Amino acid sequence: MTAPLVEVLGISRTYRMRSGLFGRAASVHAVDGLSFGIAKGETLGIVGESGSGKSTTGRMALGLESPDQGSVRFDGAPIATLGSSAWRAQRARMQMIFQDPLGALDRRLSVADQIREPLDIHKIGTAAERDDRVHELLQSVDLNDSHGRRYPGALSGGQRQRIVLARALATRPDFLVCDEPVSALDVSIQAQVVNLLIDLQARLGLTMLFISHDLRVVRQISRKVAVMYLGRIVEYGDADDLFARPQHPYTQALVSASPAPGRRSTNRIVLTGDPPNPAARPSGCAFHPRCRHATARCAAEVPQLVALDDQRQVACHLTTGARPKTQDAA
Amino acid sequence: MTDVAMKAPAARRLRWPNVPVSVIIAVGWIAAMLVLAAFADQLAPYGFTKFDLRNRLSLPGNPAHWLGTDELGRDVLSRLIVSIRISLLIAFGATAISAIAGTTLGFLAAHFRGLVEQAVLMLADFQASMPFLILALAVLAFLGNSLPLLIGLMGLFGWERYARIARGLAISANAQGYAAAVRQLGATPQRVYLKHILPNIASTLIVSMTLVFPEVILLESGLSFLGLGVQPPMTSLGNMVGYGREYLTRAPWIMLAPAITIVVTTLAVSVIGDWLRDKLDPTLQ
Repeated sequence: MTAPLVEVLGISRTYRMRSGLFGRAASVHAVDGLSFGIAKGETLGIVGESGSGKSTTGRMALGLESPDQGSVRFDGAPIATLGSSAWRAQRARMQMIFQDPLGALDRRLSVADQIREPLDIHKIGTAAERDDRVHELLQSVDLNDSHGRRYPGALSGGQRQRIVLARALATRPDFLVCDEPVSALDVSIQAQVVNLLIDLQARLGLTMLFISHDLRVVRQISRKVAVMYLGRIVEYGDADDLFARPQHPYTQALVSASPAPGRRSTNRIVLTGDPPNPAARPSGCAFHPRCRHATARCAAEVPQLVALDDQRQVACHLTTGARPKTQDAA
Repeated sequence: MTDVAMKAPAARRLRWPNVPVSVIIAVGWIAAMLVLAAFADQLAPYGFTKFDLRNRLSLPGNPAHWLGTDELGRDVLSRLIVSIRISLLIAFGATAISAIAGTTLGFLAAHFRGLVEQAVLMLADFQASMPFLILALAVLAFLGNSLPLLIGLMGLFGWERYARIARGLAISANAQGYAAAVRQLGATPQRVYLKHILPNIASTLIVSMTLVFPEVILLESGLSFLGLGVQPPMTSLGNMVGYGREYLTRAPWIMLAPAITIVVTTLAVSVIGDWLRDKLDPTLQ
């Protein structure tokens, strides 16, 4: 196995939150001791519900936010300090796709100017070469030069997301973080954008971190998947295998909740209890108040991410309890 | 940048039938004022300090002096034209200075946050809580008087509004959306603020400028009226009103001509400002 292009080592991020003017300050552990690696050319999908720390993880993997603890390594070296000129130069190699394409585009600049912007920022090529590159990028996301002359407001949601994609690819980055790139789009357009992403990834050899709460999309695009719950990875493995036989009770609930054609949904697992609140984290296993199989041990002891076999890692006392423990987590 | 940004929607919107008559009149008035100011030397029939002692306090409508003359026989029309030039120079200069300084400070506050932000906000609060006329009186009393000093002093007026607006809008732009997107592309802060945030918040700042502009004219008039603004023999609108006051009962035209000019000009700028605010605010379309 080759060395991972992106390596995340035990990152944590805590936000301080105050409720009301005189309320007590609470700390929210958005991400808590996360580790993973993404090999070159591979896609890691991260799934989890709102507030599970998916986006924060993506931002830290990209160096847009620095972790409170732990470190992120890119191509064998730590990511440069946030905001430094080395950090800015590094942006050419790692890019982000946003959830809301209209928000990510400047409404007062034409689309072609915005695709050109990374080239201007990083001073790549001459003026003529940049124009050619913009033309080429528009083509590669199935748009043409007449789209380039328009403003973001005059384009459809799918077109805007493709413009954001073209802009992200302008500098030929190695690493792309997609933060819920299709969740704001219609289902029909989702497929378009996802297929385009898969296509471009195959063509350009991109390494991707794909964040979504939509299991179907993640399964389609990712080779590896990490399931997050309240800032921690609860299960990690190969996409098809993980969705075919989920081990963690939370993953099982997620998989059973996603509709599939031709399958009767009589055996759906309906989660009871409150949705997770990152400010008031349950003791022990964070999932135990909603878990059907929870035991006394789950409330007391935090389960570690343990390898079940060479494909799968799970953080659950139930699955690891039955088997001999291997403590080399992650 | 702004014109690029406004080209597409503005071209469609700015058709004549959509523009209210009051705005057309206001724009016409301001244009006339600018022409008068620009060509004051050519347009003024007499020198603004030239005496015509045989025609002192002559009535308006006199073929030699359309707007009459003052107590020294100086032509009121010529003095009015020169006054418009001086007052507009002060108003435009001061508005430009306060807009640039305020926006810059607001951006600095939004970018650095922390101590810088606290300092800027404290200065803004200080400025807002201090009656500006008192500040102006103090400065002019200590430092004497000259046109550049007066423009600079007026430039202190109103900067805190731009600073607050620019800071608030820049913080919200930074937190979500386009500015964050451009920053993660690797853009320098200068690029993010000048090329992206500034054009996007320009409409708000322009409207704010049209609100400050009349106030600067009035402030200058007030200071000149008190004898602390533009000093004779130089003349300005407020200065003319101030010195014409003594002849209010015998020769009201000396004071009325500049007073009416002040009222109509400030009204015209306000009307344009109101209209621009509606036009540039996409949520009101």
